[in-house]
Amino acid sequence: MKTILKALLGSAVVALLAAPASAATLDDVKAKGHIQCGVSTGLAGFSAPDNAGNWTGLDVDFCRAVAAAVFDDPNAVQFTPLSAKERFTALQSGEVDLLSRNTTWTISRDTALGLNFAGVTYYDGQGFMINAKKLQGINSALQLSGAAVCVQAGTTTELNLADYFKANNMEYNPVVFEKLEEVNTAYDSGRCDVYTTDQSGLYAIRLTLSSPDDHIVLPEIISKEPLGPVVRHGDDQWFDIVKWVYYALLNAEELGVSQANIEESMNSDKPDVRRLLGTEDGTKLGSDLGLTNDWAARVIKHVGNYGEMFERNVGADSPLKISRGVNALWTKGGLQYGMPIR
Amino acid sequence: MATQQTIAEGAAPRVPLLYDPRVRGIAYQVLVFVGLFAFVYWIIGNTAANLQRANIASGFGFLQGRAGFDIGDSLIQYSSDSTYGRALVVGFLNTLRVAIFGIITATIVGFLVGIGRLSKNWLINRICLVYVEVFRNIPPLLVIFFWYFGVLSVLPLPRDSIALPFGSYLNSRGFYLPKFLWGEGAGLIALAFVLALVFAWFVRRWAYKRQMATGERFPVLWTSVGLIVGLPLLAFIVTGFPLSFEFPALSTFNLRGGVQIRPEFLSLYLALSFYTAAFIAEIVRAGVLGVNRGQTEASHALGLRSGPTLRLVVIPQALRIIIPPLTSQYLNLTKNSSLAVAIGYPDLVATGGTTLNQTGQAIEIVAIWLIVYLGLSLATAGFMNWYNARMALVER
Repeated sequence: MKTILKALLGSAVVALLAAPASAATLDDVKAKGHIQCGVSTGLAGFSAPDNAGNWTGLDVDFCRAVAAAVFDDPNAVQFTPLSAKERFTALQSGEVDLLSRNTTWTISRDTALGLNFAGVTYYDGQGFMINAKKLQGINSALQLSGAAVCVQAGTTTELNLADYFKANNMEYNPVVFEKLEEVNTAYDSGRCDVYTTDQSGLYAIRLTLSSPDDHIVLPEIISKEPLGPVVRHGDDQWFDIVKWVYYALLNAEELGVSQANIEESMNSDKPDVRRLLGTEDGTKLGSDLGLTNDWAARVIKHVGNYGEMFERNVGADSPLKISRGVNALWTKGGLQYGMPIR
Repeated sequence: MATQQTIAEGAAPRVPLLYDPRVRGIAYQVLVFVGLFAFVYWIIGNTAANLQRANIASGFGFLQGRAGFDIGDSLIQYSSDSTYGRALVVGFLNTLRVAIFGIITATIVGFLVGIGRLSKNWLINRICLVYVEVFRNIPPLLVIFFWYFGVLSVLPLPRDSIALPFGSYLNSRGFYLPKFLWGEGAGLIALAFVLALVFAWFVRRWAYKRQMATGERFPVLWTSVGLIVGLPLLAFIVTGFPLSFEFPALSTFNLRGGVQIRPEFLSLYLALSFYTAAFIAEIVRAGVLGVNRGQTEASHALGLRSGPTLRLVVIPQALRIIIPPLTSQYLNLTKNSSLAVAIGYPDLVATGGTTLNQTGQAIEIVAIWLIVYLGLSLATAGFMNWYNARMALVER
């Protein structure tokens, strides 16, 4: 009797006093030995499994870059494919440490959802795709009144779509699915006339349709879609790490440090290259971040700089063949601007 | 020696407080209550603290916010300017719609197939058997996919719609029906219909009383049908045919005008109906077989023919066996309607999910889901229990 009583009281007291778990993601990640990274369920060029079952893409490579910075191993990542609807809950609940899933940076996601966006790995905008063979004579989104539009649930796309048609006094018939593959199938089978998502996504999806050449992407871009990696609110150290891995990728491209010349660059005597790669004497830049001083060198060695990541996954070296456009470095007229590493 | 004495004297035995069963019982209950309370308190406190730490807003205030997304299939007025609360109501009504239509169809099909399984006709018997075995052994999600991808999505595009009688069309965007446009005086027709219903009820009561008193029978069914069809028809003629039709017609993209029944609703409705009907068929068969053959023989011996025997003797007794498991099937159908999310039918789970995604209010939305489904199930169960009590054997 007394033991039961003690046990019960004890557990109640423990329960009352138990504090919420600590928020140090870096410690958790190191203890686990890998980063749990949330990616899409399959969007060519950004995150999709290849023939051998390995995840590839721009978003995937960003996860690998963070893993390289922490573990010196780009494969110390486990990927969790998430639908647009699941992604934020998965991040908030701690199921993933990092969400790198073509996610648009908006104010409400940054504030009310308790998230932090670490940067913009791809500047995108929403577009429309139609089957030009079946719908001849349509060459502008303003001719789409009355169309059935396929869209993925829980995206900014869904909201922009509603705003655009309302602003232009047009009607439409939304056909909404939760998973990207379901939207693709529905569009391909003719359930809807129009497919709308980020333009990069449209190009990627067009490749997977049964007859890609029949489909055209309409010229209108109806929104700003800055896509980037996201972390939970409340852990500044982890936020800093993800943010600076992104800036390191940009700075490396700007300084001409690439996967190919990383070995020579380690011996470079240029001060900014030495600061980036942690070869400067007595540097504390890496250790202040909670990592080793060669953190950026590890990233470049394993995944390359931002330009290499871009060309490999969505640019000239990929089936998507998307030009750099606004995603070029600021020195080349684009928007990508790495904060100084100093 | 002392103890023996006390018992012999007949006084209550003195038991230490710790070993008194009554005191112990109360103490255990208090402990469990305190433990449970502390646990719930901790869960709530911990959740609130964590939400605050992660800077996630909480509370139900978000329901007043502008939803911003459109819903394809809505029974009430809804646009992207409506609130999240209204979006959830739209979803709830869609769930309710598919559940009600599904339950009605599943019951009809289920009864027919169940009786068919008992048929002496070999072909009917086997067809019903195959139907039951096929649908009962496939997961409901696959049945939904079968209807959606296998049947409805292979229909022709709007331009090559299949024309059906009465100006209706079938294509991969759904089933299009002409819309009824009621003119002036339509209210009178509705009034006539309601009057007919009330009148039919009184006729039935009068006929029952008369039969009890005199034994004479009155054709209640035909009188009621005559009333319910005739009165509104009369009103229709009197008001001068206030009805016109709006027929669906082809526009640039889709058929416009008329009433569109979307393929998402159709496939979910058909899948849930046919899936659940297979289970109901087996329940009906069990119910009918559960009535002793002696009952049929006895009623034949009393001179009742086959029809009245089935209607007055077998079915009332079979229903007592059928109703309780039938209730579970109705609940299953309602809950299975949440599979709608797989084919993009905007039910409560789908609209709630989008709301959750946009507002991040996971706990609140999940709570709403739980409460709504619990409420729906309890309401269904309550109704069926009432019906069961009415049907139950009343001993006199």
